[in-house]
Amino acid sequence: MSASAEPKPDSLLKMQRCTIRFGGLTAVSELDLRIGGDELIGLIGPNGAGKTTAFNMITGVYQPTEGEIHFAGTPLSGQAPQEITGLGIARTFQNIRLFPSLSVFDNVRVAFQLRQTTGMFQSLLRGAAFHRNEKLIESEVLEILDIFKLSRFRHTMAKNLPYGDQRRLEIVRALATKPKLLLLDEPAAGMNPTEKVELTRLIGFIKEKFRISVLLVEHDMQVVMGICQRIVVLDHGVKIAEGSPTEVRNDAKVVEAYLGDSHLKKPAAAVD
Amino acid sequence: MQLGAKRWLIAAVLVAFGVSALSGYFNRYYLGIAIDVGISIILAVSLNLINGHTGQFSLGHAGFMAVGGFTAAKLTLELTPSVPAAAQPALFVGAMLAGGLVAALAGLAVGLPSLRLKGDYLAIVTLGFGEIIRVIFQTSPAFGAATGLTGIPKFTTLFWTWSAAALTVYVVASLVNSTYGRGFLCVHDDEVAAAAMGINPTRYKVTAFVTGAFFAGMAGALYAHHKQVLKPDGFDFMKSIDVVVMVILGGMGNTVGVILAAILLTVLPELLRGFADYRMIVYSLLIIGLMLLRPQGLFNLRRRESRSAAAN
Repeated sequence: MSASAEPKPDSLLKMQRCTIRFGGLTAVSELDLRIGGDELIGLIGPNGAGKTTAFNMITGVYQPTEGEIHFAGTPLSGQAPQEITGLGIARTFQNIRLFPSLSVFDNVRVAFQLRQTTGMFQSLLRGAAFHRNEKLIESEVLEILDIFKLSRFRHTMAKNLPYGDQRRLEIVRALATKPKLLLLDEPAAGMNPTEKVELTRLIGFIKEKFRISVLLVEHDMQVVMGICQRIVVLDHGVKIAEGSPTEVRNDAKVVEAYLGDSHLKKPAAAVD
Repeated sequence: MQLGAKRWLIAAVLVAFGVSALSGYFNRYYLGIAIDVGISIILAVSLNLINGHTGQFSLGHAGFMAVGGFTAAKLTLELTPSVPAAAQPALFVGAMLAGGLVAALAGLAVGLPSLRLKGDYLAIVTLGFGEIIRVIFQTSPAFGAATGLTGIPKFTTLFWTWSAAALTVYVVASLVNSTYGRGFLCVHDDEVAAAAMGINPTRYKVTAFVTGAFFAGMAGALYAHHKQVLKPDGFDFMKSIDVVVMVILGGMGNTVGVILAAILLTVLPELLRGFADYRMIVYSLLIIGLMLLRPQGLFNLRRRESRSAAAN
């Protein structure tokens, strides 16, 4: 809320020379990544390039072997995933990971336990403060479900939702933790062209409405090129390019490694 | 439902008090079964928090029950002679709480290192723990070694048992039916996603384990002062399985179902007393039939979605 009033910090997220090795395999090598406040950045690359691994380093699932990550000035090394969520980084997963046996309402509701004051003892005592808090959470959950047109499903078990809505619910659930940075891991995977157009619109809407930064891992070039302000390209764990969509699209290394030359207007130029 | 939760607890305690006041008119055999039922409910509902709601398969409930039972019985055996008769109920409540707390400590000691394990592995570790507890009591002279403790004062009444059962149900239901408590169900569904939502899976698992162990310890204390004899043999692996079966039969994570299953499985063996030798066969067939016909649990009529609707 106050983010627009304050001067934006030049980097919300700062990854410096991050390397991670699994045994002999270097999955990500010396990755530098900066995300400013209110920025939408795409992370692309072929399969196995290390995109999801980069995500997992930011969210604390993996600790980088070398290098440092800072978020809003706080070093993330040694922090558990739930602590990093607490600092203001929320994520979705490449393979949807909702709480399948919980209702849509509860899936979003649990995200609020991070920022609320009712704990175990209030839940046991069930005093006035507890009921006040639960009411407040309930209305906030319904509000955010309304914004994303999911409130008619609120009593449905998450696993019974249509696929597109499951993806959307996962994003809503991440937003409910009130993040400053939202990481989306292939949100368009498995979507049809119409759903992809809708998703593109949704991501733009989230960025405007919640004034947060978004890091988007995606294979679908239409989605990435359409909305990202800046794109980072990974190949074999190494950053091979970074720049605006136009710059990246015309970068010879990116074309060779990933895009293929059908994206170029003048295919001959790439061969040079 | 939320507003009613505390009133419900008070009502249940009052009912326990009323029924207990009349217990002098009851057949002692039925009174004994009514107390057994209460103890089963405490065991099953508390295990349901661990196995059902949080999804951590524990086979150590008999172990926690033994810790609570022996602790409480030892206390009352030592202290009863020096306590005036009027203060004896207070002594019993104190012993019950002490039994619960020591069992909770045991739960913490077992839970912290072993909750990194999942599924079968956790089951095996908790099974081993239960056996270790039994063997410790079996070999320690302070607790009567293999003979166990005898001559434990008969402090357990219908009132204490049913009140403790009501308290267990209240605590487990209140924990789970809150925004905080939905975390248990999240850990059950997906630990990685739970952590991504800011939920600390380890803390929730340990909380479930310690809470469950506390009530198992209280059940052990009630049991000790009901039977008046405590033998380590009574807390073997089969006792844990009995409780697990109640939870599965009632439908994992369904409190009402688990209570009904606890009642059924405590009363059923009494009804089957006529064919004493075949009891275990009938019992086993029942479980096999159940798993084939209703894998979601016999009483699991309501589903989670309607449960969450009821909570709001």
